[in-house]
Amino acid sequence: MQPAAVEKVDRYLAGRARWGALEYVFWLLALASIWHGYFHLPERYLILTEIAWLGLFALSLDLILGYAGIISLGHAAFFGLGSYVAALLAKHGIINEPVLALVVAGLAAAVLGFATSFLVLRGSDLARLMVTLGIALIMREIANQIPEVTGGADGLQGVTIAPILGTFAFDIFGHVAYTYCLIVLFVLFLLARRIVHSPFGLSLRAVKGNPLRSSLVGIAVDRRLVAIYTVAAFYAGVAGALLAQTTAFASLDVFSFERSADLLLVLIIGGTGYLYGGLIGAVAFKLIQDSLATFDPQYWQYWIGLLLVFLVLFGRIYGAIIAALIFAVARWLQLSFFECALIMLAIGLGYGHIQKGLKLLDGAIARLVGHARSATPMLAHRKP
Amino acid sequence: MLTILFDGVAYGMLLFVLACGLSVTLGLMNFVNLAHGAFAMAGGYITLVLVNRAGLPFFAGLAIAFLVTALIGALFERTLYVHVYNKNHLDQVLFTIGLVFMSIAAVDYVMGSQQVFIRIPDALQGRFELFGIGIGRYRLLIIVVCGLLTVALQLILSGTRFGSRLRASVDDARVARGLGINVNGVFALTFAFGSGLAGLGGALGAEILGLDPTFPLKYMVYFLIVVTVGGSSSIIGPFLAALLIGIADVAGKYYVPKFGAFVIYTIMIVLLIIRPQGLFARAAGR
Amino acid sequence: MAAVLETAALEKHFGGIAAVNGVSLAVEKGARHALIGPNGAGKTTVINLLTGVLRPSAGRILLEGRDITVLEPHKRVGLGLTRTFQINQLFLDLTPVETVGLAISERMGTGAQWWRLVGSRSPVTEEIVEILGRFHLTDVMFERTGNLPYGKQRLLEIALAIACRPQVLLLDEPAAGVPEAERHDILATVAALPADVTVVLIEHDMDLVFSFADRISVLVNGTLLTEGAPDEVARDPRVKAVYLGESLNA
Repeated sequence: MQPAAVEKVDRYLAGRARWGALEYVFWLLALASIWHGYFHLPERYLILTEIAWLGLFALSLDLILGYAGIISLGHAAFFGLGSYVAALLAKHGIINEPVLALVVAGLAAAVLGFATSFLVLRGSDLARLMVTLGIALIMREIANQIPEVTGGADGLQGVTIAPILGTFAFDIFGHVAYTYCLIVLFVLFLLARRIVHSPFGLSLRAVKGNPLRSSLVGIAVDRRLVAIYTVAAFYAGVAGALLAQTTAFASLDVFSFERSADLLLVLIIGGTGYLYGGLIGAVAFKLIQDSLATFDPQYWQYWIGLLLVFLVLFGRIYGAIIAALIFAVARWLQLSFFECALIMLAIGLGYGHIQKGLKLLDGAIARLVGHARSATPMLAHRKP
Repeated sequence: MLTILFDGVAYGMLLFVLACGLSVTLGLMNFVNLAHGAFAMAGGYITLVLVNRAGLPFFAGLAIAFLVTALIGALFERTLYVHVYNKNHLDQVLFTIGLVFMSIAAVDYVMGSQQVFIRIPDALQGRFELFGIGIGRYRLLIIVVCGLLTVALQLILSGTRFGSRLRASVDDARVARGLGINVNGVFALTFAFGSGLAGLGGALGAEILGLDPTFPLKYMVYFLIVVTVGGSSSIIGPFLAALLIGIADVAGKYYVPKFGAFVIYTIMIVLLIIRPQGLFARAAGR
Repeated sequence: MAAVLETAALEKHFGGIAAVNGVSLAVEKGARHALIGPNGAGKTTVINLLTGVLRPSAGRILLEGRDITVLEPHKRVGLGLTRTFQINQLFLDLTPVETVGLAISERMGTGAQWWRLVGSRSPVTEEIVEILGRFHLTDVMFERTGNLPYGKQRLLEIALAIACRPQVLLLDEPAAGVPEAERHDILATVAALPADVTVVLIEHDMDLVFSFADRISVLVNGTLLTEGAPDEVARDPRVKAVYLGESLNA
């Protein structure tokens, strides 16, 4: 044996799972935000709470989309089920303690995930889109058709959430709610991180990259996909339960298509396949949505749509910049939706030229960064 | 019961006209265009403005809706869609969802969010009895128009040179290009035509389906079901699928109102389990 | 000697076309068995049937006497049957270390463990190093597979199949597409495969076939034309006629 080589490989593999400096920074910032003085405005906790469960929801989709390659347009099915289960458990006093109810809601969603996982194993991307969309719509319709249980279109009223672990009661500032969500997110994140760096996680990456080859090295592809789909459904259900518990409410729009679509937007902003994409994307999305809603409370969906179009056309960074530019110009010149659409078409017309220009820009930036790097040898890369 | 069948057939044929453009788009360029419903909506509102406000006759409104929507489709295709063909399905889905969101918000802003009704000519209102079947005049019109369109489409596809170019391109785009067929041109024309048909369908269907800014999202599922179940390699497939969906939906909502909406979703899921490539698609293929 | 892999009247029809029509093969344990034939003869289809990628229209497949005709592909790997692909089928985003490690841990039954971290088990790591060394991949073992030169990818393709410790290894044109400079590595690697592994080789490169095989089956239009020792097959006039113009002598 070559002990030196073995040790090198061991160190390499261990290094892949090691916590990076940026990760520590991210979580320290996140956990620090619990501290009162960090955010001077108490009402910020409401949006932070939304970011927390949205991040968990996005994380759950990343598990199947970024790691297993399954496209889903109906992930809201699990989110919504978790939401209603948590709300119903609280309303009817079946399980009063929120954490326990949270787990039960997650398990309910996991059961649904397991049951429907077999439908997404086969078939093309389009078939998967259809099936997942169909399941979410069915769930919505079920909820709609039993208003005596779910409250129907008006939503489930009269839900009261007991104190967490019997001690921490939800306060009007949402401080407890946020802490609760953040801790749940952190714990589940740690679990997910462990999973993706395990042999199981490696096999998922293999399945995503080449399912044919995976089965021919002995991986039981279907079983792995069912497993991760069920786990992802659990996570989504927990996220939905967090929403229900922190708002003491559940309504039909937890199953809506917009929710699944927004989730995809979160992941396209944040990126998939590295676990933090959902979290970063959730922060970015909520901030964007919040600021858009202040500028244009009724038609902010238009700008979300515009952002989506440009993110796809020009990638994450340039797409966002161009969309933001158009937004700014539109507001400054008081342009109508029609005129903005014309600008969009014009940009499409000049797409080739714009892409070339952006490539040149990329090259220039890379050269600048290269100069900066060589000027400061301390920042030079460490070998893996 | 036969009245239900009649209504279902009318609904199904309408769905076919609406969805066949999407089917060809998918089969031809493997492109998932979730914004197809937006073109239908556009056609509906264009006819609304022309007929209700400008006082044009109904049929003229329909024809102009077809043309204008086809032009809009061509415009969007050449400037925007063309850059997304090579991207993966997820990106295509997100791109078209973005267009849908934009169209919904824009229409909401310009036309308001309430449901609108196109003024149909008096001759088309009401129903009459024929052999015990209640025949709605408007629905009869839909069946006639859509039937004629279907026949015309089939004739174009099988009888014209363009049709054979289209079929070749759907079958294998690379080989078709190798034979000198301008696949991109075929596609642009087909996309425009399909969008025009969607617009026509949207205008025709406003009376039955209801027209409001959320139309693209509401009916997106139905179009996708038709395409997935019917496959994308022929006209017959989506046609039969649309009829199946239409009849099942109408019958479902009538006989089991509580579960009416489930009927088609369940059918879709069951069919996708049995035949993931669609009910009427060829066995081999992309 | 007992046949470790055999087929009985194996058939595969695609629509009206019989890609494989009544193929009965018997491969002996430890053999170096080559499957040759002109393009389109159905050789890769036979491999696909053997590995479970395709389901036969008729006939049976037996691995060490056990009927595996309808067994799922991943289970056949567990029974000791692996293959390589004519066009590399690798995990482009994974590194060779991860790729080979994946196959080893699957084989050891630890591939589905989600609570451990990858690399915390040293028998696996030792074997990774050993296999990568044997296949001359040590210098690129931390590189992304997609960035490797084609010859290295081809070696990884074979290393991956070997990492599963197969009883029977099916090699589908291992030298295909490999630049002249890198062919030697591939050929040497194939020649150095352990003697207890039964190897079935599809190849067009007759040098490789005749230096490697102890038995050759000739497949033409989905049926077996002839079968026998290399010099018998080389002398057979029907085989020469089928390969019209191609030289069969080393």
